[in-house]
Amino acid sequence: MTVLVWITEGSWQACVDAALATAASSEPIVLAHVTPAALHGAAEGAFGALLGRHHRDPAAQIDHLASESAQALLAAATARVGTWPGGIETIERRGHVEREVVALAAGVRLLVCGRTGDTGHLGPRSLGHATRFVVDHAPCAVLLVWPGPAPDIATLPPPPPDHSPPR
Amino acid sequence: MTWHELVAVAALAGVLAFAIRRPRDYPEAVAAVPAALLVVLTGGLSAQEAWHQLTTLLPVVIFLIAVLVIADACDAEGLFAALGGVLGRASHGRPQLLLTQVFVVAALTTAVLSLDATVILLTPVIVATALRARVSARPHVYACTHLANSASLLLPVSNLTNLLALSASGLSFVRFAGLMLFPWLVVIAGEYAVFRRFFAADLSGAATATGPSTASATGATSPPDPLPRALRSDLAVPMPQTEPIPRGPLIAVGLVLLGFGIAAPLHLEPVWFAVAGAVGLAAYGLVRRRLTARRVARAASLDFGIFVLGLGVVVSAVAAGGLGHAVDRILPSGASFLALLGVAAVAAFLANLLNNLPALLLLLPLLAGRGAGAILAALIGVNVGPNLTYVGSLATLLWRRVLRQRGIEPALREFLYLGALTVPLTVVLGVVALWCSLALVGS
Repeated sequence: MTVLVWITEGSWQACVDAALATAASSEPIVLAHVTPAALHGAAEGAFGALLGRHHRDPAAQIDHLASESAQALLAAATARVGTWPGGIETIERRGHVEREVVALAAGVRLLVCGRTGDTGHLGPRSLGHATRFVVDHAPCAVLLVWPGPAPDIATLPPPPPDHSPPR
Repeated sequence: MTWHELVAVAALAGVLAFAIRRPRDYPEAVAAVPAALLVVLTGGLSAQEAWHQLTTLLPVVIFLIAVLVIADACDAEGLFAALGGVLGRASHGRPQLLLTQVFVVAALTTAVLSLDATVILLTPVIVATALRARVSARPHVYACTHLANSASLLLPVSNLTNLLALSASGLSFVRFAGLMLFPWLVVIAGEYAVFRRFFAADLSGAATATGPSTASATGATSPPDPLPRALRSDLAVPMPQTEPIPRGPLIAVGLVLLGFGIAAPLHLEPVWFAVAGAVGLAAYGLVRRRLTARRVARAASLDFGIFVLGLGVVVSAVAAGGLGHAVDRILPSGASFLALLGVAAVAAFLANLLNNLPALLLLLPLLAGRGAGAILAALIGVNVGPNLTYVGSLATLLWRRVLRQRGIEPALREFLYLGALTVPLTVVLGVVALWCSLALVGS
């Protein structure tokens, strides 16, 4: 079986470490990075509105930059894994981030991903939109890690007013 | 609708469709010039009216070309790359701080060097800066593309639409800026408030996350975070530099702005200060071998100037016909707040239906007798409005197909949603602010 590690800018180190601690040594580790299509889309849209002024396409430059950055991130993650008996594979994609990750998770044993929201407090906001979608829809087991030290238990929100403790 | 009105509308549709599809990468002028000839030959516009339109538009086109050359020369001197470096260092990897700084830089770049500079020159640098800081680049890209539109209210040079409206409004350069300062600030503040909420997850997530500095601090197993190759060598992509901000272009741009300020008392046209700045900066860049004659010619994009002239003639013919009368009937008159809001709403609607350039060309002759306030309100509509669909909704449909053909999914839903949140809010805020400015300063 395979362990898939979703590499993001904010949480890649914690995810790699969690994968190393969890994966069986015979299991292949797949490191995957997805660049949001919106990066290109937003620039392309603004550029498209500049009718007649197209001597340099910022969207193409952004693709180039994002691709270089993703490769650098995957290279850093691969180096952090070091040598792995089960083998390492890297995947770089561009598109609808959460859907790409869910699609990649088909057939793997475990998906390791990091929280990408407000990581200063315990609670639902610590999951960004994409992570929330992936956790909700993943077709495999999910290991959800904090990118840094987990927040103090004191940041747990108080119970709602009408909440009565179970007897 | 008479047949020559139909010809004019069909010519406009054809010019816009060609401009979006750009078959075989032909310049837009290839469609705009024959379309302009067609409407004149079929009697949609008399030769005298067409000539009048061309002579009105020509100084505006020269002004825009000068600003484009100035912005490109600033880029060649490393201004934007240096700004990226400054933002990267000053934000300390904190995405909220970076967003605030991107708002400031993008708003000023748009205001002084036009929206083209923000979209074409600043946006890639900001992406590079965000990627290097290992923070989500999404909010910062959207900030650049949104502010390219909504922060283009301040100065006549910020947007081609403003330059077109300046002479029609009868305002001086300084008076224009004085009336638009408050709307500009309020619209940017509105955008900022929406962005902070819309991108809350992207902006808070990486605040505690592991940036490159932590990466090198957390252990010997992790190599130093390599700088993307594109940022180091590829001349096509400006890299965030560690060098200080170059003084030459800043001084030149400052002098040009000063020239705009003193143009009216000296009875000079501001365009000549822009041309002087463009010639000076281009010469400076050529002597220092930062620029080539080819690059200056490309930045000046003369084919774009010809396209605007052709488009202006075609839109004049449309405005003189039944469509112009129809728009004229729905445009409210008077200087009340609701009238200004109505003008801005119609302008925003047209900018989204067509594109902001033809929308304003269509509106200007209709607004001529309604005072400077109405023209400025229309500018709020055509400048801020395109954030709803960017290219204009008809064009967006075409544009989506073009992207699909190239295998790119434009992630349209996200930017339509963000536009739906910001555009109605910022148009209303902008008009409220304009109304206050007009009441305080007088038009």
